[in-house]
Amino acid sequence: MTSVDLPAWAAVAVGLLALAGAGLSFLGAVGLCSFRTFYERVHAPTLGATLGMALIVVASVLFFTFVEGRFMPRELLIGVFLTVTTPVTLILLARAALFRDRTERGRDETAGDA
Amino acid sequence: MSQAILLWCLTGAQALLAAAMALAAWRVVRGPRAQDRVLGLDTVYLNGMLFLLVFGVRTGSSIYFYAALIIGMLGFAATVALAKFLMRGEVIE
Amino acid sequence: MIRALFPHPVLALGLFATSLLMSGSVEPPSIALAAVLALATPQVMRALDAQTIRIRSPKAVLSLAGLVLVDVLRSNWAVSAIILGRRKQQRRSGFIHVPLDLKDRYALAVLAVILTATPGTLWVEYDSATGRLLLHVLDLIEEDEWVHLIKTRYERRLMEIFE
Repeated sequence: MTSVDLPAWAAVAVGLLALAGAGLSFLGAVGLCSFRTFYERVHAPTLGATLGMALIVVASVLFFTFVEGRFMPRELLIGVFLTVTTPVTLILLARAALFRDRTERGRDETAGDA
Repeated sequence: MSQAILLWCLTGAQALLAAAMALAAWRVVRGPRAQDRVLGLDTVYLNGMLFLLVFGVRTGSSIYFYAALIIGMLGFAATVALAKFLMRGEVIE
Repeated sequence: MIRALFPHPVLALGLFATSLLMSGSVEPPSIALAAVLALATPQVMRALDAQTIRIRSPKAVLSLAGLVLVDVLRSNWAVSAIILGRRKQQRRSGFIHVPLDLKDRYALAVLAVILTATPGTLWVEYDSATGRLLLHVLDLIEEDEWVHLIKTRYERRLMEIFE
């Protein structure tokens, strides 16, 4: 632990933010395991990919701002990158699942709602 | 005192993220279908990346940021390739 | 002249900022590298012949961003509550169809990011011929309510911004 001169409030804030973000991401993983159908499970990891990620990124930015003594929010890159890529992966995955359901099982789960 | 709180919080955060990775890995093993496994793998990548970010805060070194960024990119490429594979049966058309 | 130098101003600005953040310094060499990237990379986009983004109303961008922030917080809370097991009995998830009037490709991309980034809704398929969007919703209460929500909350503002 190399935290040199972190003010008390900042140390506590960084810790709580990281803990909250990790907690949300953990909840997402719990959802991934507990939901019953694939389409419900797709929603779960977005918890960690949105707010969970944002909280941890903010914690990291806050910490390094104080430790390095200057404002260089590198971690925002991860935030932007993840916000742009998560929808792409999830949409592709959902479409792949839909395609497989339609062809393999001959069952269209979307048909009833039209 | 506040240092101790920070350290405990970071330890807790890392434990939670490690547990999340374990749960996602369970989903990879369990399935039941291929898309569930790919989704589980994506979640493993995501939580691994967040784990490295928290680790960077813990050690005070910014080198972990770059590792996290690379994991994020690899995770994205891997999941997209796997999803494409599920849809068409081949990655590059 | 300005057009020739900066065919995609938003892209150039983004590249400049990204390069500075990656080098982690604001020394002259980093700024020079960032400037070279910001000037050279958009020229590559010429070959791709990409449409330039035109933002009609910057005020609407801010109001949409604020709205999305609030919605992400709220839906994170809602999905957490669902995972923690409250209201397990009456919850029903399913697909809904949303007829979209939005045609601009960038606007549709932004809408896809917004809908997927708010936990609880997932963009699945969009048919550009009919303009029909297939959406999966985790906590489906009333289908018409969701359609109304998306059309008034997001689509109207996106149309203000892009069309």
